[in-house]
Amino acid sequence: MAEQVLTDFIRALRSADVRVSTGESIDAARAVSIIGYEDRERLSDTLRCVLAKSPAEKATHDRLFDLYFSRSQTPNTSDSESAETETDQGGDAAPDMLSLLESGDETQIAIAMEQAARDVDLADIQFATQVPYYSQQMMKALGVERLESEMMDAFRARSPDGDQRAQDLIDGRQEMLSRAREHAQQAFETFGAGATELFRQDFLSEKSITALDRRDLERMRALVEKMAKRLATKHSRRRRKKNRGQLDIRKTLRANAGFDGVPFELAWKQTKKDRAKIVAICDVSGSVAQVVRFFLMLLYSLNDVVPDIESFAFSGRLKAVGDTLERQDFNTAMDDIINTIGMSTTDYGQSLSDLKTEHWHVLDRRTTVIILGDGRSNYGDPRIDLFQDLAARAKRVIWLTPEGEGQWGSGDSEMLRYRPYCNTMTHVTTMKDLERVMDQALAVYS
Amino acid sequence: MTQDSTGYEALTSIEAITSGLGSVGYISTREISTAIYLAHHLRKPVLIEGPAGVGKTDLAASMARFLDVPMTRLQCYEGLDEGKALYEWKYGKQLLYTQLLKEKLGEVMEGAATLDAAFTKLTGFEDLFFSESFLEPRPLLTAMQQDRGSVLLIDEIDKSDEEFEAYLLEVLSDYQVTVPEIGTIRANVPPLVVLTSNNIRELGDALKRRCLHLHIDFPEAERERQIVRARVDGVSDDLLKQLVGFVQGLRDLDIRKRPSISETVDWARTLLLMHASELDEELVRSTLNVLLKHESDIAAVDRDLPKLTREVTRV
Repeated sequence: MAEQVLTDFIRALRSADVRVSTGESIDAARAVSIIGYEDRERLSDTLRCVLAKSPAEKATHDRLFDLYFSRSQTPNTSDSESAETETDQGGDAAPDMLSLLESGDETQIAIAMEQAARDVDLADIQFATQVPYYSQQMMKALGVERLESEMMDAFRARSPDGDQRAQDLIDGRQEMLSRAREHAQQAFETFGAGATELFRQDFLSEKSITALDRRDLERMRALVEKMAKRLATKHSRRRRKKNRGQLDIRKTLRANAGFDGVPFELAWKQTKKDRAKIVAICDVSGSVAQVVRFFLMLLYSLNDVVPDIESFAFSGRLKAVGDTLERQDFNTAMDDIINTIGMSTTDYGQSLSDLKTEHWHVLDRRTTVIILGDGRSNYGDPRIDLFQDLAARAKRVIWLTPEGEGQWGSGDSEMLRYRPYCNTMTHVTTMKDLERVMDQALAVYS
Repeated sequence: MTQDSTGYEALTSIEAITSGLGSVGYISTREISTAIYLAHHLRKPVLIEGPAGVGKTDLAASMARFLDVPMTRLQCYEGLDEGKALYEWKYGKQLLYTQLLKEKLGEVMEGAATLDAAFTKLTGFEDLFFSESFLEPRPLLTAMQQDRGSVLLIDEIDKSDEEFEAYLLEVLSDYQVTVPEIGTIRANVPPLVVLTSNNIRELGDALKRRCLHLHIDFPEAERERQIVRARVDGVSDDLLKQLVGFVQGLRDLDIRKRPSISETVDWARTLLLMHASELDEELVRSTLNVLLKHESDIAAVDRDLPKLTREVTRV
């Protein structure tokens, strides 16, 4: 019983995206055997110490712990008691719903519910829509059929007494159903909600960004953070690379001065990797604004790996927006930027010349410039000359556009004229695309 | 294993740990004590994360004082390798001894008629130079060699390279060290291992899996008051309440570096030196640089200063 409680809890944690290894499960079991189940606060402290290994995981743990142990505690404490009462009922191992209702014993009902839940594998529940199904299954396991036939019999008797009895049974059935529902709902929140969330996130990451709803914003945030974390772990590798084979003579001599100059310790030459520096230049006019929002969200979540981020927004004129984004709540800042900067007619040439006159110093040989825009400049001069300069100063230039390759160069699109100066020019529609692009951009530095 | 001879016998219960730490001036919480208790009973390292200055390092030092065992500290940094963390051969001493013993060696070798015989004789002495007397133990090895147990603090593990992290796993899982020339050195009494991290980089999953995890955040007002009281003598209750309240309010603001506990303690000492009995705006403004270490933070807080001060003095 006790072990089942723990493994189920670990299962709930896993479904909520807390990674628990087999080794950690064993540790948890050992820890619990030392601490015991009696003191709930202590148990919670113990499990969050052994199983949850980051602030986010600890928060998930706390939520699930309350949810989970509020449920399984009742039958747990009455284990010994139930053994006696069950034999009282004439060896009927699983008391059915009828006798339960008649006895009105809360503990018995709770135990029966727990048993029914186990019979129908309630822990497998994944989606909210499955709650009615599982509660029906639980009703069956509880023996609703016998109750129903009794009810029909009472109806057929066509007597005031019979009617009364039938009414009681209907009420009782209703009560049991609502309890089963509640139970299933709780099981969903414990075991399924996390899985559903993951499923939704997965779905969102493949959905076209322009088709995202405002109500998805919160969920997108979680998704973006996860992406950023993935990228961060991948790219936060060491900054230095040993050049095996090339002796650093000065260092070697210095290190071995204490040994009379006999070179015991050899020092090798090292190449230092550049620290990543990214300059984002984003077109925030209507058509591209939505993509910019998520791109910048991802970029700024990467602060761990990319300490040096400069960002600019433009439509008619170009402005630095890094400060605004770092100071304020991200979404409000973004709305602000779109409303103030994004309202004029797009002019790539003017924006490039703004960059040249005011912010040219941000570009150096370790900078990756990422431009996000559709390249539609309303037939103004695209200032290819300036763009050429920019490409020459920067380490790499990456151009992201929400338009498919087929549309490049059509109408007022200047994409094809900018293209020769970009290291990469690619079409992004989903969050997955953005993650892939960032991955490539960072790969240059690690 | 008999526990009688070790310093760990005080770790009998969670409450005992809390009061024991309290006796050496560390105000523990239930969660912290539980982690230490489990670390001892499961024989697992504890990884402590949290913002700078919340007493992560201090916890290890206090543990050592409480248990009356030595503490070995390994400060991690980029480029730290096993030679500096585990053991090293005393090359210089070996060299010197070879020089000094040169003549003696000649005498010993005299009896050998053939090259083979000389070689056999020489191999007999080789072990002399690769024995424990030429071994320079570094923190990890030192911690393993303590008979009564010890507290091993591996500080700021996030600053070390990933290779070192991987290497550490091996040492921490078995509490033993293999020196190829000598053999395996196993800890008779495994040390109590505490790792700290400020989250400069994300630690590897493998390391996290092997450790118990404790997250220490800025303390609640009640606990912070206790800490300041334990560290600073003679603060009146009124002033204590106000100054802790002010620092707590400061932490809610959007500033670059939030004041840590040690800064609260420093501030309390400063106020005491200035014979302050309660906070007022002018006093706070003139001493704010004890709490905030960035010019921009001081400027940002300046505007909210009257409001913050009023809030804590009103009570």
